[in-house]
Amino acid sequence: MTRKQRRLVMIGGAGVVLAVAVGLVLNALRDSIVFFSTPKMVAEQHVAAGKRFRLGGVVEPGSVKRGDQLQVSFKVTDGDATLPVAFKGILPDLFREGQGVVAEGSLDKAGVFEADTVLAKHDEKYMPKEVADALKKQGHWKDDYEKKPPNATSANATSASAAEATK
Amino acid sequence: MIAEAGHYALVLALALALIQSTVPLLGARLNDAALMNVSRSSALAQFLFVGASFVALTWLHVTSDFSVLNVYENSHSMKPLLYKITGVWGNHEGSMLLWVSILALFGALVAAFGNNLPLSLRAHVLAVQAWIASAFYLFILITSNPFVRIANPPIEGRDLNPVLQDIGLAVHPPMLYLGYVGFSISFSFAAAALLEGRLDAAWARWVRPWTLMAWIFLTLGIAMGSYWAYYELGWGGWWFWDPVENASLMPWLAGTALLHSALVMEKRNALKVWTILLSILTFSLSLLGTFLVRSGVLTSVHAFATDPSRGVFILAILCVFIGGSLSLFAWRASALKQGGLFAPISREGSLVLNNLFLTTACATVFVGTLYPLALEVLTGDKISVGAPFFNLTFGPLMVPLLIAVPFGPLLAWKRGDLIAASQRLIAAGVVALLAVAVVWAWTTRGAALAPLAIGLAVFVIAGALVDVAERIALFRTAPAISLRRAAGLPRSAWGTLFAHAGLGVALIGIVCETTWNSEHIAAMKPGDSAKVAGYEFKFDGATQRQGPNYRELLTKFSVSADGRAIGAMTPSKRTFTTRGSSTTEAALMSRGVSQLYISLGDIAADGAVTVRIYHKPFVLLIWFGPVLMALGGLLSLSDRRLRVGAPKPARAPRALQPAE
Repeated sequence: MTRKQRRLVMIGGAGVVLAVAVGLVLNALRDSIVFFSTPKMVAEQHVAAGKRFRLGGVVEPGSVKRGDQLQVSFKVTDGDATLPVAFKGILPDLFREGQGVVAEGSLDKAGVFEADTVLAKHDEKYMPKEVADALKKQGHWKDDYEKKPPNATSANATSASAAEATK
Repeated sequence: MIAEAGHYALVLALALALIQSTVPLLGARLNDAALMNVSRSSALAQFLFVGASFVALTWLHVTSDFSVLNVYENSHSMKPLLYKITGVWGNHEGSMLLWVSILALFGALVAAFGNNLPLSLRAHVLAVQAWIASAFYLFILITSNPFVRIANPPIEGRDLNPVLQDIGLAVHPPMLYLGYVGFSISFSFAAAALLEGRLDAAWARWVRPWTLMAWIFLTLGIAMGSYWAYYELGWGGWWFWDPVENASLMPWLAGTALLHSALVMEKRNALKVWTILLSILTFSLSLLGTFLVRSGVLTSVHAFATDPSRGVFILAILCVFIGGSLSLFAWRASALKQGGLFAPISREGSLVLNNLFLTTACATVFVGTLYPLALEVLTGDKISVGAPFFNLTFGPLMVPLLIAVPFGPLLAWKRGDLIAASQRLIAAGVVALLAVAVVWAWTTRGAALAPLAIGLAVFVIAGALVDVAERIALFRTAPAISLRRAAGLPRSAWGTLFAHAGLGVALIGIVCETTWNSEHIAAMKPGDSAKVAGYEFKFDGATQRQGPNYRELLTKFSVSADGRAIGAMTPSKRTFTTRGSSTTEAALMSRGVSQLYISLGDIAADGAVTVRIYHKPFVLLIWFGPVLMALGGLLSLSDRRLRVGAPKPARAPRALQPAE
């Protein structure tokens, strides 16, 4: 083979692998991405039952009810709308009423959000970024989520909120 | 006083870095040895000063000086000494200081052990190092000064995030940074080669040990982080395809590709331009990782809120260095001479294939990590790209790579014989098929693909063994001769064996854990028992205990297998008074390479505890694999060929020591 032919083989091989990779990425992007919504967005957009999405908001105080077999139900609110959530399993350590939460799952036919994952990886001062953004946009942002330390001489750097924050 | 001294030392380090980034270049231009040698002394002095600064911050943390904001926010006087020390880098400012300290350490190592480098190459390399260092010193001094004082010092600190109060924090970030930042050396070498316009096989020989060293640390750092997440977060998961994890995986993939392409360049003087590009890309991805983690742009389980000025500053550093180095590459790469010829089926060809798949896989991780960010900026839509995406893209790309791994070392340089290589791998193939059959027959549930994946892993391991067996002519000659040959085999051959086998070992662990993992969740009262995967767990009861800076609810479970007691497990829940937050300390029990895992959930008013019990078969292999890989890297690093052999050393060549 000449140098030119060899180069063609190389470039052709690389082209095939890249094309396959692009195909895989596009296919995966169509099927496996999950959108983020707040209860208000869910109410406005009429999300179909069974479609997976992430729900973010604040756990409504007084709404958490524990049933048998680790069943938990609570309501997520963004100030404008409220959505009931059902979950079976162990809630994260940082799950609290009045705190931000992100749950992943889908709506059932009755309009209850069936969550299979609940994320609350944040501490008292920190809201999940998506939730904070959504609340700010809707004008329900409460500043007391972020308390400044006394006499701090610089802007408060919120501390690491989850494991391996230093990764 | 200590805080001010630390701050001042950092400013001096910046001043030295600025000198180091200009004077040696001037020296190279004027061909003045004295000016070029400035790089050496300034790199050593710079390390001294930034080291002093780091020691100062550590001292402030150890002595609990709450008049310093960083200490106040992340420490507590009752915190155990170990966490007072590790807490230094358990926060943004301190971890950036660790970052630059390690950067300076590598610069100092090049200065100290780079005596066999041509003077002008060393001057260029250290100057480029100093550019990076200057940018990050400025970043720390302007936006993230760890030495800021508080006007009215509080009596007590706010304590370190409880999740971080773990031995993992002592090991994982330093390891990871040694890896991340270690790639700056190959970057600097690449930039230096482009600036000088000179690049030969000797260059690859100088770069390879540094790349290898960084790669070893990054491999161990990622594995350590994964194990830490596994036992600390209490979900039993070991990889979440979280952006922060991806940020460390991308440089690893690119670095692995670089390691292999540098081999081609060293041996055959080919793939020069590509190797240079990979050196640039690998460190660029390290910088990107630093940006993603330190700017807080990504929503992640590692969520990290910081003010945007930092994000913008790091983004600027990112743009300058990536943009600058790529422009330099575009401008100068054409000046580099073409390398040796080789047929597509050859050792070089197989290494090109390796590079192709590794970089493509890296690109899919890149897309999955940054696509949500790009979409949010462009359309405002918030999406999350999770494990399903990566399983559908990264997974399929790894399969052909793993199939190809055993073939590579069996092919000859320049022109290989695929049929002969396949014949030699017949034994490995048979073993792999046997493994598939055995797994198929023994297991009753799980994906049909799992036995095939295990077969693939066994093929990789057996293939690695076949390579060495062929080299020492095992079973074909007398055992004594084989033994002598084995002793005479270069250490890098053993390194290849371990690194490739480690890949297979990790894959077995990954497949077994994800396919045959058993989980049991229940609310248990004292006296209750649960059965998981043939083990019986009896809940004996719970006791309260007071720790140094937390209260702890300790539960005790007696574990028995087939009616025979095998021990007790004590998962607990800790409540940290200062932060008012709690953590779950999972209990682990190893059974061979499998593990039992118990973690606690909520505690009900009637004393019932929600418990999550897992049986994780072969889970430890997931981390043994990377340890084997790192061991392989270490063997390769100790190979004589890498220590000597750089042409015309200025003095007697010295050994390259891995940074401890």
